[in-house]
Amino acid sequence: MSGSIIDVSSRTALPGRQRGILYWRELDWLLLVSALAITAFGSLLVWSASRSDMAAANDPQSYLKKHLIVVVVGVALGFLASRVDYRWLRAYTPIIYIVAVLSLLLPFIPGVGARIAGARAWVDLPGGFTLQPSEFAKIAVILMLASILSTKQDFEDQPSDRDVLAALGAAALPLAIILVQNDTGTVLVLGAVSLTVVAVSGARTRWVVGLIGGAVVGILVAIQVGLLKQYQVDRLTSFIHPSANTDTASYNANQARIAIGGGGLHGYGLFEGPQTQGKFVPVNESDFIFTVVGEEFGFIGSALLVLLIGVILWRGLVIALKADDLYGRLVASGVVAWLGFQMFENIGMTLGIMPITGVPLPLVSAGGTSMMACWIAIGLLENVRLHGKREALRG
Amino acid sequence: MTDQSTHRVVILGVLLFSLLATLLGRLFYLQIVTGDEYRAAAESNSVREIVHPAVRGLILDQAGRPLVSNRTSMVVEVDRVTLEREPNDGADVVARLARTLGVSASDIGDRLKNCGTEGAKAPPICWNGAQFQPIPVATDVDTETALAIMEQRNQFPGVTARLSAVRTYPQPFNVNAAHILGYLGPVTEQMLEDQGDSTEYDRLRRTDQVGRSGLEKQYDTVLRGKPSVTTLGVDTSNHVTGTISDKPADPGEYLVTTIDAKLQAVVEEQLVKAIQRAQSQGLPGDSGAAVVVDVRNGHVLAMASYPTYDPSIWVGGVTKKQFQRLMASESLSSNAIQGLFAPGSTYKVISTAAAAKEGFSLNAKYDCPNQVTVGGNTFRNHESKAYGSISLARALEVSCNTVFYGLADDMWKRAGGIDAARTAADPVAEVAKMFGLGSKSGIDLPGESTGRVSSRDFKAANWENKKDDWCRNAIEGYPQTRKTDPKLADYFTALDKENCADGFRWREGDAMNAAIGQGDTAVTPLQMAMVYAAIANGGTLYQPQVVKGIVSGDGKVVEDIAPVVRGKVDVPKSAISFLKRSLPGVTKEGTGRIPFAGFPLDEIPIASKTGTAQVTGDKVSTSWFASYAPANNPRYAVIMMVTQGGTGSETSGPSVRAIYEALFGVRGTTVDPSKSVLVGGVPKKSLPVVRPDGTPVTPEGKYSGVKASSG
Repeated sequence: MSGSIIDVSSRTALPGRQRGILYWRELDWLLLVSALAITAFGSLLVWSASRSDMAAANDPQSYLKKHLIVVVVGVALGFLASRVDYRWLRAYTPIIYIVAVLSLLLPFIPGVGARIAGARAWVDLPGGFTLQPSEFAKIAVILMLASILSTKQDFEDQPSDRDVLAALGAAALPLAIILVQNDTGTVLVLGAVSLTVVAVSGARTRWVVGLIGGAVVGILVAIQVGLLKQYQVDRLTSFIHPSANTDTASYNANQARIAIGGGGLHGYGLFEGPQTQGKFVPVNESDFIFTVVGEEFGFIGSALLVLLIGVILWRGLVIALKADDLYGRLVASGVVAWLGFQMFENIGMTLGIMPITGVPLPLVSAGGTSMMACWIAIGLLENVRLHGKREALRG
Repeated sequence: MTDQSTHRVVILGVLLFSLLATLLGRLFYLQIVTGDEYRAAAESNSVREIVHPAVRGLILDQAGRPLVSNRTSMVVEVDRVTLEREPNDGADVVARLARTLGVSASDIGDRLKNCGTEGAKAPPICWNGAQFQPIPVATDVDTETALAIMEQRNQFPGVTARLSAVRTYPQPFNVNAAHILGYLGPVTEQMLEDQGDSTEYDRLRRTDQVGRSGLEKQYDTVLRGKPSVTTLGVDTSNHVTGTISDKPADPGEYLVTTIDAKLQAVVEEQLVKAIQRAQSQGLPGDSGAAVVVDVRNGHVLAMASYPTYDPSIWVGGVTKKQFQRLMASESLSSNAIQGLFAPGSTYKVISTAAAAKEGFSLNAKYDCPNQVTVGGNTFRNHESKAYGSISLARALEVSCNTVFYGLADDMWKRAGGIDAARTAADPVAEVAKMFGLGSKSGIDLPGESTGRVSSRDFKAANWENKKDDWCRNAIEGYPQTRKTDPKLADYFTALDKENCADGFRWREGDAMNAAIGQGDTAVTPLQMAMVYAAIANGGTLYQPQVVKGIVSGDGKVVEDIAPVVRGKVDVPKSAISFLKRSLPGVTKEGTGRIPFAGFPLDEIPIASKTGTAQVTGDKVSTSWFASYAPANNPRYAVIMMVTQGGTGSETSGPSVRAIYEALFGVRGTTVDPSKSVLVGGVPKKSLPVVRPDGTPVTPEGKYSGVKASSG
């Protein structure tokens, strides 16, 4: 544990200058450029979605400015995450995990927590910013599970049942807290991420099958015994019969689909979408931001965004496959599962094929914590890749 | 790492990419396959506005008295969208509402119909506004009825009662001033078209009332202010999705006019008396106008037109029938600024100035025979009276036509006579134009007439315009008229033959007629007032002005409007001073003597000129009385005219005298400025004060003009 945080020096240290050249040369540029492109595209969408809201205030660009500050901070955090020493990260994972779980409790403290759209998942910060601790919890859970599941003995080909149980316990604690926060969307994403990490760790197939079955049964039981409140059920199921009524749940779904469908092949053009500019789609700068690209840039713009997401997922999967140790692979697959499932859930709900739950579109939606957490995730993917390259260089 | 781990990464990849493919497929379906349906849905999803017009600004007189104000009226409105959700499209609610309001259900039904739809009545009954705007179905509802409706909300879904502001006319001293104030009416198609596709929140909307005449029109945007607009998002099923923007109203600003209500009331009363005077002589006396201006700045202190109308008739909208009746009465246009009349002898001041400019001696003697004959036509003096050889001043006093015929004849010959080029000198017309005749005075009221100045150039231009008709008629010989009256047809045909052949020529007789304000010359009474004001102030032609300031609804001065000088009359100084020396003589010992008998002319000398203008056809002459006073230190110019009213002296003169008595506080032969109709004896220099709550500070006591409460 010698050396500074962002130091790759070790037994066979490479000269500093060579390290720098190595970093920039071996970076996964396709991944970085795709992430930057999505972020830039997203900023344009946030601008379009927010300018009519902000028109009442003096500066219609104020929301965009706030978003751009968050983007800069996020990219900087991603850079740090890509350069942090792998082993240091692993050593500090328990502390990161504990801090993350404790911070999940912050929204419950009166005067600190903020309730948005029925979920008590935010912390007020000065300057009109808010913090959503559950976003950072996703990173902590991935790191913690990767750490637990990769400590198996070398001769074992799969993690022991004890390790799997420990990992499931580590995932269950934050999941329970987030469930109490009423943040269904994050619970679903985090559940899928945990399942992925356990599966990729090589755990016995019965674990994987058992967990999938358990999740399905759990959801059904929750609905049956009324653990989920009626409006939650409505919200989750309104996508099945959206036109049946015009209450808020299916109203959102309807308006979102009118916006996207109306976009047609090439869309109305930036700032020209009637649904977007008329504020018919709720929270279209964050959770429903995909309606903006759908309406204003049409099928061409939407497909481009989906394809850019595809590039990120592809690069992430390649990094996971090529990772030189299990820890790296687990981190990379956890990140890919997180970004992939969350993107599918977010876009799917605006298209009416997934239930409406409040998760942001990674790298696109306005919302500081999500943006920062996603860039840290991109940084971690680069970190795993660079680690492998360095090890290969050392021979 | 085991193979199983690697397999599971691959499975994850396959799973994620099939999810992405699902998204793309769904996008393709929504946007390409069914896109058009959603596009249609998006378009019926729209933004709706709830608009309440701002309270319109008041119009004050120069002393702060409101001439136009607002009162509140309880308006019952119906939200059609809510109504249509009720059983039977809300027929029961409408029936209940009709009973409560004491009207028939079909009356309310008519109000709820969109204009232009089947079975809809004509505006203002049908609804011209936006679909989502609550529709007013009853105005001036008493408070008790309104409360009954509001207290039983469940009985009256979609019905609300709201206070709204409507125009009211306080009429201090029973003043009318309809032609100055103007009236409001619904916005016209033309106005809506002119603003194009404006999306400004303060654009005109179909339900808006706008000024359609007078000050209400001229200063419409100032008075109107900006409406409060709440913009709502409304989805396809008429559900309000949220408030998109909310703009508060910006109340209209107040106009401070140069009009003095008390003086205006006197002028209106005296105009009616002049009309009655004409009628008591057995003359038609069918219309008239009177103007009082401040000669030092062009402020119009009073301006009246007869016939007039009650401005409050427009409140709440007029029906087609009412409008036709108003049009037929010819009371809508202002004779003071829109009427065109031959000025007659009042024009002689211009001929005099032109003669001076041409070098004729102002002090020489001129022959005043009872008639002159030129080219076979006889031109007479009024009543064919001969005065012998008289001074030019005396010629003005007794209004000797033949002296001016002589001057005009000489000038015509000098310019080249019958063969003079179109551009040859035409001094009388040139001076008339310098005094602002033949062009708009620029008063801040809409619809002003330009007028005409009879001249060589005008005749040529007129011929070019009309020669085709004349020549055609000369050939055709009026076949229609000939069937009933061949003699008249012969006369017309001969006339048109002559006109066709050489109607462009400026003949000797034309020049002579022009010099005494006859022929093609036509002026508005206001133009004539500005001529006499310019003489009075030594040759400065002001732009007449009705509004001297704009004050915000909370009392801040927005604009103090300064007088505007149109130009300087370019005639020898001696000519103006000659007129100023001579015109008091008209009142003292000339044609203006009789109406001013007994008036304290030593204290307040009055400069005047009478006019008895001939009118073509078998109409009686127009009575004119033009004047300014005090002649030694001029302050006011007063003009009055009555069509088919007889002589200027007999019909208009006494009324002009009464106006001066009111202005200067003359009682019999004594002058008491404290008895003047103007507070302090003169027009106020400063703008009246408006309190922060929007009420103007008005004069007290006998100057208040507030009507005894009569309801």
